[in-house]
Amino acid sequence: MGFTITEKILRDHSSGDVSAGDFVLANIDKCLANDITAPIAIEVFESIVEGTDKSVYNKNRVILTPDHFTPNKDVASAEQCKILRDFAHKNQIINYFEIGRVGIEHCLIPEQGLVSPGEVFIGADSHTCTYGALGAFSTGVGSTDLGVAMALGQCWFKIPESIKFVYYGKLKDWVSGKDLILYTIGQIGVDGATYKAMEFTGEVIETLSMPNRFTMCNMAIEAGGKNGIIIPDKITEIYLKNVGNKKYKIYESDKDAEYFKIIEFDCNIIEPQVAFPHLPENSKPISEVDGMKVEIDQAVIGSCTNGRLEDLKIAAKILKNQTIHSNVRCIVIPGTQQIYLEALKEGLIEIFLNAGAIVSTPTCGPCLGGFMGILAAGERAVSTTNRNFVGRMGHIESEVYLSSPAVAAASAIKGYITAPNYL
Amino acid sequence: MKGNVIKYDEKNINTDLIIPARYLIKSDPDYLAEHCMEDLDKDFILRKDQIGASIIVAGPNFGCGSSREQAPIALKASGIKCIIAPSFARIFFRNCINIGLPIIEFKDIDEIHTSDEIEIDFTEGILNNCSTKQKYKILRMPPFIQEIIQSNGLVNFARNRIL
Repeated sequence: MGFTITEKILRDHSSGDVSAGDFVLANIDKCLANDITAPIAIEVFESIVEGTDKSVYNKNRVILTPDHFTPNKDVASAEQCKILRDFAHKNQIINYFEIGRVGIEHCLIPEQGLVSPGEVFIGADSHTCTYGALGAFSTGVGSTDLGVAMALGQCWFKIPESIKFVYYGKLKDWVSGKDLILYTIGQIGVDGATYKAMEFTGEVIETLSMPNRFTMCNMAIEAGGKNGIIIPDKITEIYLKNVGNKKYKIYESDKDAEYFKIIEFDCNIIEPQVAFPHLPENSKPISEVDGMKVEIDQAVIGSCTNGRLEDLKIAAKILKNQTIHSNVRCIVIPGTQQIYLEALKEGLIEIFLNAGAIVSTPTCGPCLGGFMGILAAGERAVSTTNRNFVGRMGHIESEVYLSSPAVAAASAIKGYITAPNYL
Repeated sequence: MKGNVIKYDEKNINTDLIIPARYLIKSDPDYLAEHCMEDLDKDFILRKDQIGASIIVAGPNFGCGSSREQAPIALKASGIKCIIAPSFARIFFRNCINIGLPIIEFKDIDEIHTSDEIEIDFTEGILNNCSTKQKYKILRMPPFIQEIIQSNGLVNFARNRIL
């Protein structure tokens, strides 16, 4: 019997003779925490090593990214960030990213070459599943897991069964990785892949760009998935070369690997999707949504799901020489400083400003209702982020509609939710 | 362990409802406990105390959403000693085990109601509804996981390993 890519990576990082369903204590390659999750993880770490002379298991492999409430939103968040900064200094953490260098973690870490195919990567952030796009086993954990991992370099897992998703056909105009994953979650539900590895395959995935692959794996958690994963290919290798990442091991699923389920999607029929409040599974095709004329107060383009250069390019293409609707506040957030700079060089920032959008420094801010674009009662936002739960972006009577950057940009112009092909 | 039940039939009770992000600016468990579940039920603390409840019974996919460990921490600090649901989101599941908050996957939640008294034997894998006098089998955790819960969480488990 063969094994899936997920099983193979976890086998090589643990006792070896294990498969789906087994509990293992695995060696981890990297671990990550942010300004919300690191303070608790640090407290955990300190209590484990108290009275000993132990430092973190490897100062090159612990990554700290203050990106959620930064630049510091208020005194309380400043205190949280200071805990990270002091800890990084004390433990000589190489990969602590200060303001000015930090970006939204899941855009930043692949860009910095800090995650590689074949690795076991854990992050105290649910969207850590993003890096499966590079063929790593990458998953979100809690702060205690992270604190323990910083001390031991290990983490416990139940090896997940895998669901294989096969995307075939040809993508319609303006359909992106975001639409594929929203459609997928709409089909299987927010608990459709609970505890499972979601392995994305098929001819459509094989030609999909890296940013779109990151977007798909990023939202595996929104279907309850433990990890999203895509077997590395030429597109992955070109990306890795561009970010200067040379050392890695490529795993592939065996032909006779066992899957919990195989689900096929005909992409010829998939339109741009919009997930209605208050769950990511409430996705509807744009042909149905456009006629509903859902008026919006805000459009957010950014986040760990859609804050990459390719996302901004698509938004800029639509917003060029256009004006944001007078009732709409459009907030564009490049995922990292590098993306920001490239967007500036390519003239995208000028396009956004001319259209009447604001451009923010990289931050998770509005996605989790932190700051930088909070909604009042009764307000609606179309957003390229990943969650539309009750109160996610502000008041509990506000609403979030999830979409691709193309749909968000077109909607910002029209004032109601629509797609570029309806402009 | 033994305790009274407070029940929420809703499915997909997410971590934003368990502890809204606006309170994540502090990690103090007692502060978090004050705001626990308030976007789902603003009278959670009051009702729980009136019933004397220490066990939450809820619908499927409890704890979905963000990885925030503040969610189980808030519940534990509010006096909750066990959570029972047909299924849990996986990060929430592991966070509970890691902080030593027992969590039980149990399909027949229709057989348990608010104010019922429940007794759980984790070693034997038995859930006893003392109010209806019905006993049910529950899945026993692997020894590895039981050891973490018995150590009152992963921290002590890890400390034992490095010392």
